[in-house]
Amino acid sequence: MGIEVNGKVFETDEEGYLSNLNEWTPEVATAMAKDEDVDLSESHWQVINFLREYYEEYQIAPAVRVLTKAIGKKLGPDKGNSKYLYELFPYGPGKQACKYAGLPKPTGCV
Amino acid sequence: MSDIKKFMYVNRKAPYGTIYAWESLEVVLIGAAFEQDVSVAFVDDGVYQLIKGQDTTELGIKNFSATYKALGDYDVNKLYIEKESLDARGLTLDDLMPLTYEDENDNWAEKNSIRVVSSQELAELFEHSDVLFNF
Repeated sequence: MGIEVNGKVFETDEEGYLSNLNEWTPEVATAMAKDEDVDLSESHWQVINFLREYYEEYQIAPAVRVLTKAIGKKLGPDKGNSKYLYELFPYGPGKQACKYAGLPKPTGCV
Repeated sequence: MSDIKKFMYVNRKAPYGTIYAWESLEVVLIGAAFEQDVSVAFVDDGVYQLIKGQDTTELGIKNFSATYKALGDYDVNKLYIEKESLDARGLTLDDLMPLTYEDENDNWAEKNSIRVVSSQELAELFEHSDVLFNF
């Protein structure tokens, strides 16, 4: 499988996660979101960028519980709760946001 | 939630060369979602998993040592290192990565997760665990 962005095809796994996270560009995220009828807002990007930084530091995609706690610490309690994150990413903040961020499926996500 | 069980994960192997260390770390992270009482022990060559400054460039495999630093975020904050294993390898606590967690019940104060214990103390911890995983 793959996703085409500006004429270039990026390889993904069967669930749509990018095979090589080093290939990621913001345009990939936008294209993945568009496939699911999502327009990425500034709030979406905050979470996506947070996830990329988390992966850079810890080499894993955080479980949703950990993500929620960490977002709350960084962006404030009004954003560090599952209601806010599920409104942004209705398919699950772990799975959906990690996918857009080019990360593998979160560790601890069954 | 039913009874909380004491889980003990025992790591005995060096981090690369076999898949045990990474598999163990993944199981610990996945298991952490179930809100059990989790401890992780590092024994024998397992102590090398926490060594500072790991570099896997020449091996061509992922350096997952940074992931141990995420354990605190997953509320895994009881990491036992066997003293005899450190001594036998000429290592001290200074050779290991500092690993910490933030204590929710103490205004998020940063606290040390690593505890060096004797093999006798470790045996007692094993004895009092409900579930023991060997890697």
